[in-house]
Amino acid sequence: MSFSSLIDLLRIHVSVILLIVLVIASSIAVIYTKHTGRTEFVALQKLERQRDNLNEEWSRLLLEQSTWASPGRIEQQARLRLKMIVPTADMVVVVKP
Amino acid sequence: MSRQRKSINSVGIWRLNVVRLVFISLVIGLGWRLTDIQVLNPDFLRNQGDARHVRKVPVAAHRGMILDRHGEPLAISTPVHSVWVNPQEINVDSVKLPKLAKVLHLNAKKIKNKINSNQNREFIYLKRRVAPETANKVKQLNIAGVALQREYKRFYPTGEVAAHVVGFTNVDDAGQEGLELTHDAVLTGVSGLKRMIRDSRGNYVGGGEQLKATKHGQNISLSIDLRLQYLTYQALKASVVKYKARSGSAVILDIKTGEVLAMVNQPSFNPNSRRGLRNSEYRNRAVTDLFEPGSTVKPFTVASGLKSGKFTPATIIDTRPGTLRVSGHTIKDFRDYGQISVSTLIQKSSNVAASKIALALKPEQLWQDFSAFGLAEPTGAYFPGEAMGHLPDPQKWRKLDRATLAYGYGVASSALQLARGYMVLANGGILRPVSFVKVDQPPQGRRVFSRDDMKQVLTMMERVVQPGGTAQKAAVENYTVAGKTGTVKKAASGGYADKQYLSLFAGVIPATQPRLAMVVMVDDPQGKEYYGGLVAAPVFSEVMTGAMRLLNIAPDDLPMTQLHVAQK
Repeated sequence: MSFSSLIDLLRIHVSVILLIVLVIASSIAVIYTKHTGRTEFVALQKLERQRDNLNEEWSRLLLEQSTWASPGRIEQQARLRLKMIVPTADMVVVVKP
Repeated sequence: MSRQRKSINSVGIWRLNVVRLVFISLVIGLGWRLTDIQVLNPDFLRNQGDARHVRKVPVAAHRGMILDRHGEPLAISTPVHSVWVNPQEINVDSVKLPKLAKVLHLNAKKIKNKINSNQNREFIYLKRRVAPETANKVKQLNIAGVALQREYKRFYPTGEVAAHVVGFTNVDDAGQEGLELTHDAVLTGVSGLKRMIRDSRGNYVGGGEQLKATKHGQNISLSIDLRLQYLTYQALKASVVKYKARSGSAVILDIKTGEVLAMVNQPSFNPNSRRGLRNSEYRNRAVTDLFEPGSTVKPFTVASGLKSGKFTPATIIDTRPGTLRVSGHTIKDFRDYGQISVSTLIQKSSNVAASKIALALKPEQLWQDFSAFGLAEPTGAYFPGEAMGHLPDPQKWRKLDRATLAYGYGVASSALQLARGYMVLANGGILRPVSFVKVDQPPQGRRVFSRDDMKQVLTMMERVVQPGGTAQKAAVENYTVAGKTGTVKKAASGGYADKQYLSLFAGVIPATQPRLAMVVMVDDPQGKEYYGGLVAAPVFSEVMTGAMRLLNIAPDDLPMTQLHVAQK
């Protein structure tokens, strides 16, 4: 088979060859997107889990904060630890503009 | 030869035809199956495949928070985990099972039985809503077939303090009582759905597209000020304990907006663990329970008298000899006060004088004025189980009914309604709806009395807490207080109980520029002291001393020596 006849063969089947190339390209594209999809999904799952954990921690911290900052405790700390007192009437001075 | 050949040929054709027929019917059969699968019932196999790999997974929506007016949390939904097993995957004889039982504080044998009796199911709960540490331990055990599911649990960080107002939810996170019930629709989230693909081992490997959006519940800011709520809670509890009272209620209203700043009841309960709770403990008495308000309505009677034009604060009423007979019934005063002014009536709390005012007025007018203070009318708060109260029909009034109404018998109101009535006195005669939710714009009220009449009544009520009045223990240093005590005999079957009383105090502070109205009610205090001025009034004084400081309200009754004028 000579070189020119090979060229002829290619010329005749140019559309078929083009299709073969496209099929291979699209199959690689499918593999690629599938793979990206998987990776992205894993990342999404990880982020969602992270978000849920942070939410969980946030609401736990909120609870903790409201326990520490309860008016009852603050008053107790102010009186006992900081030795604060409520000013009596004769200690109050009101400044009028 | 040719004959023989012919016979071979004919046999061959027959055989060939059979083979052809078989092949043709095979092709037709396959073709039919192909059309069946591809054209006629294309969904069947797809559904079967999906059923094995695609799962619709619910996405839990959390319930909105309930906050106080400054954003402090009163009810929070935090994620917790529920432990579940797949009976088809778990190995019942695993050595880890007793360990799991120990972590969850369950009986290993019972778990085993539960799993064995549910062999055909794929999902059973072992324990719902476990603590985060427990969930972590379960995760570390890493048993095949045992998994955690995220759920939300309601926590009430303030516990008893705001329990009656906030209410609580049931195990499915639906509001059961209080504002959790009133605002359930806003607080409740709508859980979403997403499509997930899982592999043969049950791990999710793909999907994630949203089928239904998750709608989280909205937060609600209440009108409650947690600092005042704490203060009121402590003061009321101390008083109820000290006097061994059956119960107690206290309400603080913001006069300008009608917001409820604090509302507490005794006995209270812990909404975080409600095991063995009785209805009497979680009822919000300040809203649902009615009582006869007694002498605390005398300012209303006087207001009606002033409005009619027949009385002024200086009008002299003869209360001698300290008793008044109406239709065969005797109305008594504590002692004979002699000839007293309307102003002294309020200061000394004279039943006789109040009755005389009521009898001098037209019944319809008196009824109208009482209902103008919001008695026997919804408060506009929309609290579950709210009581309307009771004010008898003036058409059916006998003379005695009018006389006793003047000092608060034969009428029933809740603590909240009474506080709302005092709000009218304090804000210059405007009746406003009460709100448990923070309001930006005060709701439009309805003018029911003139500003002058209210001012006069309030000035008379200031004398109640001054020397010579019935509630000197309600005084707050550096502030003027206008209030009224009540000591009410409790109604019992067939009349009034002999030695059971309600101690009441209703007051407004500062009297010259009112900001807060408060009602304190202590039910059935034991011992010698049961007067409203001795039991309920000190609670008012204690709470308001703190409230004035917390809300930074300028004193209006400072001695001159302590007033400095700033230099310009």
